[in-house]
Amino acid sequence: MVLPVVVVLAVLVGYPLGRGLYLSFTDADEANIGRVIGDFHVPATYRFVGLDNYWNILSGKEGSFYPRLGWTVVWTASCVLLHYSIGLGLAMLLNRPMRGRSLYRVLLILPWAVPAFVAAFAWKLMYNTQNGVINAVLAKVGVGAVDWLGDPFVQKLSVIAVNTWLGVPFMMVAILGGLQAIPRELHEAAEMDGASPWQRFRNVTLPGLRPVSGTVVLLGTIWTFNMFPIIYLVIGQAGGTKSEILVTYAYRLAFQGVRDYAGSASYGIVILSLLLVFSVFHRRMLSRQEGSL
Amino acid sequence: MSTTTPRARRSKGASAALHTTLVVASLVALFPIAFIALVSLRGEDGWTHPTRLSGFTLSNYRHVLADTQFPTWFLNSVIVAGGTMLLGVLISASAGYAVSRMRFPGGRPLMWSFLLCQMFPVAVLIVPLYNILGGLGLLDSYGGLILTLCSVSVPFCAWMLKGYFDTVPREIDESGRVDGLTPFGTFWRLIVPLARPGLAVTAFYTFLTAWGEVAFATQFMSSESKYTLAVGLQTFVGPHRAEWGLMTASSVLIMVPAGLLFFFAQKHLVAGLTAGGTKG
Repeated sequence: MVLPVVVVLAVLVGYPLGRGLYLSFTDADEANIGRVIGDFHVPATYRFVGLDNYWNILSGKEGSFYPRLGWTVVWTASCVLLHYSIGLGLAMLLNRPMRGRSLYRVLLILPWAVPAFVAAFAWKLMYNTQNGVINAVLAKVGVGAVDWLGDPFVQKLSVIAVNTWLGVPFMMVAILGGLQAIPRELHEAAEMDGASPWQRFRNVTLPGLRPVSGTVVLLGTIWTFNMFPIIYLVIGQAGGTKSEILVTYAYRLAFQGVRDYAGSASYGIVILSLLLVFSVFHRRMLSRQEGSL
Repeated sequence: MSTTTPRARRSKGASAALHTTLVVASLVALFPIAFIALVSLRGEDGWTHPTRLSGFTLSNYRHVLADTQFPTWFLNSVIVAGGTMLLGVLISASAGYAVSRMRFPGGRPLMWSFLLCQMFPVAVLIVPLYNILGGLGLLDSYGGLILTLCSVSVPFCAWMLKGYFDTVPREIDESGRVDGLTPFGTFWRLIVPLARPGLAVTAFYTFLTAWGEVAFATQFMSSESKYTLAVGLQTFVGPHRAEWGLMTASSVLIMVPAGLLFFFAQKHLVAGLTAGGTKG
């Protein structure tokens, strides 16, 4: 029964991963990769180059690795932080009895149903400098046009806003599920003991949410770190932008200009290792917290 | 002891603040979608006057449906997303069940590797996959794209479904065995019908993932007649042209099926996600 999935994973993930790893130790690119043109087989002529690619990346020679890593970390951290805190806030608001609760819930979940590429285009239109709705509204209140997608710094704020809009509903729904799993008696008991709302939040709600929080923060971090369509489609495929994250850069490396397959594969392996280190660290931290309870 | 209900206990001011916050949040959530829908109804150049509320016409929709490849792309997306959904659910369900029920060497590492697969950036897999598909002659074909998209969603779904199968009592398996069913027979005849809500969530998730996938589709589908929506839409607002009228109309058409599916699945989605999350 396990066989199909093992086979699929081996063929679709394991083998490509192994080959990607191998490519990262070579100088493979479009010219020497070897391919079949009609009946004519062009043999591969790329060479094994050892750790050269990794050296190029880590020494900063290839694609300004460190500034880009810095921005990717800032991007991931701010997105996940915003996702989580806004999601938590909205979930807390929705978790109490009030009029129109289910309507709010449906409205707030809506962005989740929008495919990322549609969201990317929609926001790109709203950010349009001359004809965008955001600048039009700003002009009405007397603020001059902002070049949302031109200036590197504003560009970064813009993509973070898009991704936050897109990602909050998932967090909100997951946290709402978590909130509802916390037994009501705990809150009532704390209230009876005279705990203030803030104390109840700190000592009942947050610990109760821990299992859900741990999972969604880990998943959110991984997804955001590798978030491809938003950056790729909003900022555009134009080369040399400073607002690209590691993943989109690696993608462009593989499919633009001289297709640098080896460089891209090494970038991918570096990204994967970073995420692995993060998730091991995250898991450790979670289990330590659980142990201290 | 207080016997009043929470709503009565809340002061008028707090209540107003609560509703104001939620209304503002809902407006923020809704605005981009409503805006796109509005622009799509305003003709070819309607997007250049974003705040005007007049001149409604369906010409963008007519244009998209009659004069572009949009219907083909739509159909391609349905084929690819549907295919990924069928294949993906089948594989991940059997895997999730196996991990949930059987003790075998490598079971726990397998669960870990499912999660690990979430971490693979497109950049590691895309080049080898591109070469493999090229070697097999599967580039620019539905089958090739479906297979690659399964690699994206199967691990996560298997992980989610394992959590779901864990909630189905083991006694049911045992009674199936007693009645002489094979392990696969037990799974197919007894467990699958019981796990239908979980499977529905998985199906929904795989469908939407495939429906919105950009990176693989952009590289693997090279002829215009094979484009999926994510690829085709890029030609409307690529570096050389900006047909925002077409783009907005197609966006609305794309959101309709996804939104409908979503509407029906969203309640179960939470249960499915958290079942996998808290027990994994």
